[in-house]
Amino acid sequence: MNTVPNSIVVLGASLAGLSAVRALREKGYTGRLVVAGSETSLPYDRPPLSKEFLTGDVTDEDLLLMNSDDDTLDVEWRMNSTATGLIRSPDGLHRVTFDDGSHLDADAVVVATGARARTLPGHFGLAGVHTLRSVDDARALRESLSRAQNLVIVGAGFIGAEVASSAAGMSLQVTVVEASPTPLAGPLGIELGAICAGQHAVHGVRLLTGAVVDALLGDDAVEAVRLSDGTVLPADVVVVGIGAVPNVEWAGGSELMIDDGFLTDSSCRTNLPGVYAIGDCARTFDEAHQVHHRSEHWSNAVTQAATVADTIMATPSGPAAIPYFWSHQYGKMLQFAGTRHSTDEVRFVDGDPGTGTFVATYDRDGDTVGVFAMNNPRLFTRYKKQLARSRA
Amino acid sequence: MIHPGTTPFAVCELITLPVGEVVTVTPPGMAPISVFHTSDGLYAIDDTCTHQDASLADGWVEGCTVECPLHEACFDLRTGVPSGPPAKIAVRTHDVSIVDGTVLLHFEQKGDTR
Ligand SMILES: Cc1cc2nc3c(=O)[nH]c(=O)nc-3n(C[C@H](O)[C@H](O)[C@H](O)COP(=O)(O)OP(=O)(O)OC[C@H]3O[C@@H](n4cnc5c(N)ncnc54)[C@H](O)[C@@H]3O)c2cc1C
Ligand code: FES
Repeated sequence: MNTVPNSIVVLGASLAGLSAVRALREKGYTGRLVVAGSETSLPYDRPPLSKEFLTGDVTDEDLLLMNSDDDTLDVEWRMNSTATGLIRSPDGLHRVTFDDGSHLDADAVVVATGARARTLPGHFGLAGVHTLRSVDDARALRESLSRAQNLVIVGAGFIGAEVASSAAGMSLQVTVVEASPTPLAGPLGIELGAICAGQHAVHGVRLLTGAVVDALLGDDAVEAVRLSDGTVLPADVVVVGIGAVPNVEWAGGSELMIDDGFLTDSSCRTNLPGVYAIGDCARTFDEAHQVHHRSEHWSNAVTQAATVADTIMATPSGPAAIPYFWSHQYGKMLQFAGTRHSTDEVRFVDGDPGTGTFVATYDRDGDTVGVFAMNNPRLFTRYKKQLARSRA
Repeated sequence: MIHPGTTPFAVCELITLPVGEVVTVTPPGMAPISVFHTSDGLYAIDDTCTHQDASLADGWVEGCTVECPLHEACFDLRTGVPSGPPAKIAVRTHDVSIVDGTVLLHFEQKGDTR
């Protein structure tokens, strides 16, 4: 039984939400479409926030994801509306309630509420302490940086490394503190994580690994960061980049299954018929690896939007996309595609890590399962497509 | 279709550009232009992605589209129009012809570049 719904509400007006309504219309959906999102601005792109937007090379307008073609989408945008619950309406539809007391009923709901930055526990209200997720966060950070001398970044993951790279050109003293011994070892493995982390020193950024933050010091504004070994790092700006948590709490009273994200099958269906979840907030079943997985990357939000549209419209979907993400640090394009296990063998297939231009593959039982490239998009793309073909 | 009043620019001999290949040239006074030889024929577009700074010649061609190697925006080689984010703006397309085995680009040159 699969009837196309008459009305669909999309929650979250960002990359995944916008991509979903685009995909639905593209696949011929003609019913009512409402997109409700907490933020005040229409969908914008987050990746530049830690990169070109911080350095001023990209403007507010460049961030906007929509163009004039989207005028024909026939979507009702409800900005500044935060969903607070999902229940059954008296006539059996899904009812989304909002923070202003209003509600919307629909046949189907696509949840795309994304994620938010994780904060350091117990450090509220100190001026100069930032996380980075929204355009407002990025504006505030840019403003702080323009008056700062000492920047301490907590966390050497992608956001931390990108902020460090952006700030390195701003005549600031930049220090990155990272609790683990090797930055980016989670996504890239120890060997390639270490190669990427090597960029910090080359660009005059101090990297302290195995360094755990004990306290942020200061009265109203932050003045220093104290590490658990007693080291005190002077800081007039602190950026906390220690990961993101999915926005799921608003649906706590619903019957949705939640476990570090809304649990879905590989077609983006939650446990409630007619309710779907996509993007950073979804923990989706991965058929190839037989596990649920939450991905916090740009391409995942776009591909899942296409998948959910296929599911809703009952159109056949193509083969599962190869996971892909990029990062841009210190003028170098980093790209990764595929999957990685800690036991995979890393093989350099082109270039030389010493020169900052190379391609490496991750091999498992004789098969290439992942590829990483620094500054070689052409060869990277060819490996990525090969991965897609071998999976199909 | 070749518009009148355009100046032809010799790209290469067709024999050096088999199907599946791409060549990038920078005619005087122009931004880099890439000529793709697809199974449907020759298409020329501005090489730089309208989103950020990627060379579309490094991208992946499938049918009449090229996928940008950085953020996967897909451009229609015939119209230059992107199919979705992050690109919003079409890349410029240019006319191509083959004369005596030579691939020629045709575009309106602004002013005398010499
Ligand atoms: C600074 C930064 C840099 C990044 N750089 C890269 C990169 O280089 N490469 C890469 O691959 N990825 C990158 N990403 C990740 C990428 O931006 C995300 O994966 C993508 O934004 C996910 O899209 P989404 O729509 O699922 O979630 P989000 O973009 O988080 O959007 C969710 C939206 O839902 C809204 N919302 C939340 N709760 C509710 C509610 N209850 N009701 C209504 N609306 C709600 C939020 O306000 C938000 O607007 C970056 C992210 C950040 C923050
Ligand atoms: S540079 Fe081409 S899509 Fe971003």
